[in-house]
Amino acid sequence: MTSSAPALDVDGPAAPPRSNGELVFAEPWEGRAFGLAMAMVDRGVLDYEAFRARLIARISAWERANPRGGDFRYYRCWLAALEDELADRGLVARGDLAVRSAALASRPAGHDHGHEHDHGHGHDHDNGHGHG
Amino acid sequence: MSDADVIDPALREEALESLLIERGLADTATIETFIRTYETAVGPMNGAKVVAKAWTDPDYKRRLLADGTAAIAELGFKGPQGEHMVVLENTPAVHHVVVCTLCSCYPWPVLGLPPSWYKDPAYRSRVVREPRAVLAEWGTELAPEVEVRVHDSSSEVRYLVLPQRPSGTESMSEEELAALVTRDAMVGVTEVAAP
Repeated sequence: MTSSAPALDVDGPAAPPRSNGELVFAEPWEGRAFGLAMAMVDRGVLDYEAFRARLIARISAWERANPRGGDFRYYRCWLAALEDELADRGLVARGDLAVRSAALASRPAGHDHGHEHDHGHGHDHDNGHGHG
Repeated sequence: MSDADVIDPALREEALESLLIERGLADTATIETFIRTYETAVGPMNGAKVVAKAWTDPDYKRRLLADGTAAIAELGFKGPQGEHMVVLENTPAVHHVVVCTLCSCYPWPVLGLPPSWYKDPAYRSRVVREPRAVLAEWGTELAPEVEVRVHDSSSEVRYLVLPQRPSGTESMSEEELAALVTRDAMVGVTEVAAP
């Protein structure tokens, strides 16, 4: 532990968001998805307002599908909105993303998945996605 | 249902990130800077400093209410989602509360990223329909004669509520006052409690 932490109020009411009652990001990938979108806005690859329109569409689709409420996951909408915008702008095709996701899913045990996967192509990965 | 709804989002994010980096459209250092910034450096303590300064410096308060963006930038707080700031002053007669009905627009430079309740569909729809009931659930009981105004951030504007300074704080310093100011009070769902 470092003793030279900045002089922030870490427990009081004005504490940083990570200790202001909840974590900013519930899971690490949520932070990555946030950082990824903002890094692209920062370099002008992504227009924030165009992205926000996609985010609104994803959130409203979730609300229509769940009129009585439910387990709303904001950053799932965020990630889906990012995929929508990148696909429609021709920057990352949905097929490319599916292929890369499958390749990452087929990594050997000890990475994300706690069990062995075959390395053979054509392996049916459906059984590997039961979590999350 | 698209693939985005069924595939593990952590895996999908990793796939998307790796493709974007390979294609030169994003870079790891910038991604991590954004994460670190909003996890540790930017948060409601910024807004609390703005509020405490407005409570103790009448000239600053005038500037803050006239041009929120400029007065907030005087304290060094600016950046994405803080380009068009409007500060709403709570008074004994009027209580302001902020929502984003369509998504989760929020004044990042002064409050950081929004908490989950602010993003939740229930808060976003209910605070517009029945603000007094929502405020009561937060423990904010307002007298019937107090006017409640709900502000929707779903445009360019981002709002910061300037809560009423609690009584009994006359001798407190700006720093001591800042420690009293909560995120929830700056969204308008609560008031600042006396020490």
